[in-house]
Amino acid sequence: MLQHYGQQLINLLAAVMLLLAFAMLAQRRIISLINLFAAQGFTLVLSTALVAWLTGQHHLYGSALLTLALKVVALPWILHRLIRRLNVKWDIETLINIPTTMLIGIVLVILAFNLAQPISLLAGTVTKATLGIALACVLLSFLMMITRSKAVPQVIGFLAMENGLFFAATGAVYGMPMVIEFGIALDVLVGMLILGIFFFRIRERFDSLDTRHLEKLRDH
Amino acid sequence: MPAELLLLLASPLAGGLVLALLGHRRYAAELNAAFSALTFAASAALVARVVAEGPFDTLERQFFVDSLNVFLVALTAFVGMTTALFSRPYMRIEREHGRVSEGGMRLFHSMYQLFSFTMLLVLTTNNLGVMWVAMEAATLTTVLLVALYRTHASLEAAWKYFILCGVGIAQALLGTILVYFAAEKILGAGVGALLWTQLDSVKGQLEPSVMAIAFVFLMVGYGTKVGLVPLHNWLPDAHAEGPTPVSAVLSGLLLNVALYALIRFKVLTDGALERPFASGLMMGFGLLSVTVGALFLSRQRDIKRMFAYSSVEHMGLITFAFGLGGPVASFAGLLHMTMHSLTKSAIFFAVGHATQKAGTQVMAEIRGLIRLSPTVGWGLTLGTVAILGLPPFGVFASEFLILTQTIARAPWAAPILLVSLGISFAAIFGKLQPMVFGEPSVSRLPHRPALLPVFAHLLLVLMFGLYMPPYLAGWYRQAALLIG
Repeated sequence: MLQHYGQQLINLLAAVMLLLAFAMLAQRRIISLINLFAAQGFTLVLSTALVAWLTGQHHLYGSALLTLALKVVALPWILHRLIRRLNVKWDIETLINIPTTMLIGIVLVILAFNLAQPISLLAGTVTKATLGIALACVLLSFLMMITRSKAVPQVIGFLAMENGLFFAATGAVYGMPMVIEFGIALDVLVGMLILGIFFFRIRERFDSLDTRHLEKLRDH
Repeated sequence: MPAELLLLLASPLAGGLVLALLGHRRYAAELNAAFSALTFAASAALVARVVAEGPFDTLERQFFVDSLNVFLVALTAFVGMTTALFSRPYMRIEREHGRVSEGGMRLFHSMYQLFSFTMLLVLTTNNLGVMWVAMEAATLTTVLLVALYRTHASLEAAWKYFILCGVGIAQALLGTILVYFAAEKILGAGVGALLWTQLDSVKGQLEPSVMAIAFVFLMVGYGTKVGLVPLHNWLPDAHAEGPTPVSAVLSGLLLNVALYALIRFKVLTDGALERPFASGLMMGFGLLSVTVGALFLSRQRDIKRMFAYSSVEHMGLITFAFGLGGPVASFAGLLHMTMHSLTKSAIFFAVGHATQKAGTQVMAEIRGLIRLSPTVGWGLTLGTVAILGLPPFGVFASEFLILTQTIARAPWAAPILLVSLGISFAAIFGKLQPMVFGEPSVSRLPHRPALLPVFAHLLLVLMFGLYMPPYLAGWYRQAALLIG
């Protein structure tokens, strides 16, 4: 009985993940985008903890804590500070308009479910139904990176992609071994710090964080 | 853990930390070279150990050394050392030209050592997860190096490098998760299911459909770092805009290391599928890279960009050879990997000093190198002749082997390869001639250029072309058998 409701709850959280991925795709304000990213991270924490409780895989509690510390607290905090210090304009221009992006997003979700089908059938985990959603989150974040022209949203897209990957790892195999997750988390954090330095340099050069300034290099 | 392996990893790591504090001092360049030399000594000792005792694993199988990776470890440590020697005068000249700040020098030296550390970790680890983490770290350490000059173009190149390789490496993570998913069914959950040696022993039982999907993601992910077309866009920019020692290690080492990761997964995937799915994919990507790389060569104006495209072409050729498989083609692939890495870094050393003399990277403005500086001129000429695959250099031997294998086993691909090699020959040679000969437009440098590494590399390449010591040949053959 408990198992049944737990499974339903995990599926619900997966749906929330997907919803948040779409919300990020449609969001134009950077501050809201960061909050949505934090919310997605929190959903990931909840679902990881729930899987840990249902299956008795205790190392997943560690993974959930790590996600909580990094993706819900540390990274959003760094990002908020960054945009305050950089005084970035709030409105984001997208390269493709939002409705079209959403339509492409729906196509990607269908694609993801098809791709995940054979893997889901093999998975013995209680979370196998969520695998398609995890893949869809990865693809949607990828789409977001492509369609945004500002540096900060591109980075948030990159981080959201990492969220999707972690979700896929919990869904398919109850997470990677803890050592590896630590390594990945460390890489993400270091990458974030390097990007922080990088943002300042881009800004001091171009007086803006629009990566369309970064389209001069080409083959002659 | 054997002392050699420990020293191999500890030396660059310690170097990175020490130089983070002292990297701006006057003697930092010597310190950098000393750490790299220590790393090379450790790699030589490691080679001796593997030759004497055969492959071994250590630290609960977390590290694993066999003939395949020990050869790449030695190559990486060697080129790492010569590049450190080259960067000693090169970076000093850049500093005096005011292109790099004091902090920039510290960043350069520290990141250079950490970059060596991440590459050696990728090569020696047995854990596919750690391999991924180290590969990502290799990107991170080089991003700031590419942006070292803080110009528009270098910032753009670094951004592109970060985003494209970041996305690519995320695909590789998904691929690694899927491999773990397939392995967990047989080996049980835990770190054991990520160890390559464990996976290799049960590769026949891995679920084929999952491994096929996983390899596609890994091919795209690590393929981005190898610089395979159509994922190569970051490569010419990062090579052209970063400092030349960075271009030399990117081309000579990082691309090899990424390809090494791909080879390890190819062995597993081919074992699981019992049909040449991974090989076919590698052949396709390789052939496309050779063709597109060659076609883009003639359009280049920037000398470093041109040689970057040449790297795309050669990495394509090596990937194709490994895709073709079999003892001879894999042997040729490994040989070409060595030859390309030695020759291309030698070329970048010569190019670095040539551009410093001319004050520009635009080929039309570099003229008459041989008149004012015969050593730079000859270094560039000989390096180019070697990379174009003319006898008696070693590149000729490896390209010849790859071509004969292609004609024998995949005849349809042979004309494509031949035409591409012909096009690249015409493109590069036509541009080289006026730069080396012609009326001089270059000036003198404040420090003596370091050309010893150039000629040391070329001499090695020449040696491989003329005579290959039997124990080296045996070693390559053994490594080729591991790839299959």
